[in-house]
Amino acid sequence: MSPRPGFVLEVDRSTPPTLFWHGEQFVLERLPAGSRVVYGPEPLAPLADPVAAIRHALLHPLGDAAPLPALLRPGMRLTIAFDDVSLPLPPMRRPDVRQLVVEQVLELAAAAGIDDVVLIAALALHRRMTEAELRHALGDRVYDAFAPHDLLWQHDAEDPDGMVHLGVTDQGEDVEINRRAAESDLLVYVNINLVAMDGGHKSVATGLASYRSLRHHHNARTMQHSRSFMDQHRSELHSSNWRMGRHIAASGVKVFQIETTLNTDTFPEQFRFLQRREWEWTVRDRASFLGASRSLELTPPRLARQILHGVRSPHRMTSVQAGEVEAVHARTTERVYAQQLVPVEGQTDILTMGLPYICPYNVNSVMNPILVACLGLGYFFNMYRGEPLVRQGGVLILHHPTPNEFHPGHHPSYIDFFEQVLTETTDPLSIGKYEESFATDPWYIHLYRTGHAYHGVHPFYMWYWCAHALEHLGAVIVVGGDREAVHRLGFRRASTLADALEMARDVVGPDPTLTHLHSPPLLMADVT
Amino acid sequence: MKALVFERNLPRFAASRVAAMVAGSGRGAPVGPLRLTDVDPPVLPGPDWYRVRPVLAGICGSDLATVDGKSSRYFEELVSFPFVPGHEVVGVVEEGGGGPDAPAAGTRVVVEPVIGCIPRGITPPCDACAEGRTGGCERVAYGHLSPGLQIGYCADTGGGWSTAGLVAHRSQLYEVPDDLSDDDAVMIEPTACAVHAALDAEVDPGDVVAVLGAGTLGLATIAALATLTTPATLVAGAKHPQQRRLAASLGADEVVTPSQLPRAVRRRSRSLANAGQLTGGADVVVDCVGSADSLRECLAMVRPRGRIVLVGMPGQVHVDLAPLWHREVALTGAYAYGAETVDGTVRRTFEIAMDVVREHKLGRLVSARYPIERYEEALAHAGAAGRRGAVKIVFDLRARPPRADAASGPRARRDRRGPTRRTPKGPPS
Repeated sequence: MSPRPGFVLEVDRSTPPTLFWHGEQFVLERLPAGSRVVYGPEPLAPLADPVAAIRHALLHPLGDAAPLPALLRPGMRLTIAFDDVSLPLPPMRRPDVRQLVVEQVLELAAAAGIDDVVLIAALALHRRMTEAELRHALGDRVYDAFAPHDLLWQHDAEDPDGMVHLGVTDQGEDVEINRRAAESDLLVYVNINLVAMDGGHKSVATGLASYRSLRHHHNARTMQHSRSFMDQHRSELHSSNWRMGRHIAASGVKVFQIETTLNTDTFPEQFRFLQRREWEWTVRDRASFLGASRSLELTPPRLARQILHGVRSPHRMTSVQAGEVEAVHARTTERVYAQQLVPVEGQTDILTMGLPYICPYNVNSVMNPILVACLGLGYFFNMYRGEPLVRQGGVLILHHPTPNEFHPGHHPSYIDFFEQVLTETTDPLSIGKYEESFATDPWYIHLYRTGHAYHGVHPFYMWYWCAHALEHLGAVIVVGGDREAVHRLGFRRASTLADALEMARDVVGPDPTLTHLHSPPLLMADVT
Repeated sequence: MKALVFERNLPRFAASRVAAMVAGSGRGAPVGPLRLTDVDPPVLPGPDWYRVRPVLAGICGSDLATVDGKSSRYFEELVSFPFVPGHEVVGVVEEGGGGPDAPAAGTRVVVEPVIGCIPRGITPPCDACAEGRTGGCERVAYGHLSPGLQIGYCADTGGGWSTAGLVAHRSQLYEVPDDLSDDDAVMIEPTACAVHAALDAEVDPGDVVAVLGAGTLGLATIAALATLTTPATLVAGAKHPQQRRLAASLGADEVVTPSQLPRAVRRRSRSLANAGQLTGGADVVVDCVGSADSLRECLAMVRPRGRIVLVGMPGQVHVDLAPLWHREVALTGAYAYGAETVDGTVRRTFEIAMDVVREHKLGRLVSARYPIERYEEALAHAGAAGRRGAVKIVFDLRARPPRADAASGPRARRDRRGPTRRTPKGPPS
């Protein structure tokens, strides 16, 4: 039976309560009659033989690329870059897609007699991955073959000797990327395309870039002109990355892009109820919900976090394509849309969403208030094509505890951003004046290069990610959020969803329309 | 006439210490050696002395330490009992003195309370007094007066917490300009301390300066630093929201909670950190708290060969001085006032303080006024000032109409738990 497409449910009196994520917990909320709930499509059928599919993709590339074996020759310098720990979410069960792809590429490289091969985790300004995370992404065999010989690198955007400036685009944007990648005879990029924003030229132009380069598109103005940044054709973020990507190619960097898509089979059996439609819950689903929610409620928050971050997703690969970047990404985007796109008619006055415990930047870490904002106003708000799900001046209601808590090792500059910048202003256009001092702070740079810290400028990017939503929305209300943290973000806090709806009515007027973005699974609203 | 008198009474001193430990700062008064009693006006000690009738008299952190039995034993020989506390005083000259430039009766004055060589009739004066640095007087326990660092700690002079008045030497009186209100004027003495500290901090243009603490002294220090120095960045740590707002309005470039201050200093000084100790740090850290914790924080935040200025009055503290030794940090105290050199010109600290008070309208820091009869409430309020959204608590010693009306003035209304609103027993302030 083919998977059912996504659809929009209209809530009536017989509709059971709707599931909301609430950080490390989940709750059932009864939405007012007449509300809409947008459900994503069911997980697409996975590739029956992913290894064969990968091999096929490498041998039958898209665009004007030659098959990978034809690009490999003895004595060449080969660099394989791969997406970092921010993808996929949650981390997938072993074997990770990256491992499957990298192993295939390495087999071909070995067959071609290449012995100068380096793997690079394309971190951009993200934190360095731990050994466990690298092992998980690449598999023990690859890790043990490369890491001990210093052939498994993590991109270091602050290594002055490790970066190379390739000039500027026709728009004057600096293009500075990893030297090893740029100076290799072939750069193979291994991508996981979880959402439509990922991949394409963004893989190299962002993943292997420096602050000097990233600042041209990771800024408030760009994000306000990306509507949305999940729709590459209406995204200034992508336009800039595409210019850079083409400049990289024109500079002589030969990129062989391998992109993969995953289905939305997101949670293992014990959490299966999360992605079932509530009225279809079986007795077992109800029991699982009650058991899981009660257990997480009674579990100390740190332990609950540990348990949830230990979840390995049963994601399966739905496609793999390789070759020339743009041709590959066009196919990838089709597959992402096939999995995630849901047609929705018309905007809503109030958009509600439950935010989970995880986002791309807190894998094995703490979901701090800035990341909560970024997940809600950056990622989920932007999961649209056409028009935003919520109308201009509408209200976004987030369900999340938003604890005033930070991981000091992973997010040191976030703490200072929260305490020293957001206390001054929450306007994404105004915070830019602080950006340079955070970006060039020697302590943050030290922690980024030697520890597992996000780069000093990263919290600014998270806030820029919110720029479009902040400009668009009339108010943001966080249900159950920590009062101080929510206010610091410039949002309002409500104790219950009912209170939040009452507050929202003050903004949008009486009898508002309400739409709930149901997650999981991930979905993208195609709003007409 | 009434005055609050502090007597030497060790059991009561101990009791006040316990009470303050249990109930909080400012709560030592009911069981301590401080009592409200009838007193006679103090005797004029000499021809150049004046009798001053206090109008407003502030409650200072050192007063609270005394009332709560927490002041250092170091001061035991530098005060004389019984004394009337109160050294932040604006008042009116009643009688005394003489001569062509003598302040006439009715002149509104502030009192520079340090009792140095000149008021004590010591000639020749000590080196410090000869240079005008009266705060550094070496003879505060000598001369024809009883020992006493300042008016407010000397048995012979009286103090500000009194309707019977105090006596002050001609050299201790400064006429208050008409454009300064009484609230402004009562802030001159603490501001003079802040001015002295700010100038003692030796701030160079471009320095990163951190101020720890945002009570009266901390806020006045921020104002003084903003006026008299040109740091690249002035960062302040303030515990309470009202303090943070005031610190920002007085010139701090960045105001954070005390726990965030080391992080803010680290970022502003662009230093690294190592187990809670900054590798670099602020060029100058001004400690307006004076506790072991604050000193520790200062040591963790100041750069090697930097300067810590201790403004808040400390007592016995236990602090690891290894970083001070290893990083060659200068730790200096900043006590009181005297004469300062600004742009090559020598001026009295009080005169500079008047300018700072005027520029920053520091009278706005006066949060509540209490009649002396309600001293226990006043002291409790002062002890909890920050938490209660207040800064400076003062005694209002003006003669009041006999009507026991509980009308609350605007200032009392501003402080929701202020004196007249909460316990409407006294006359209007």
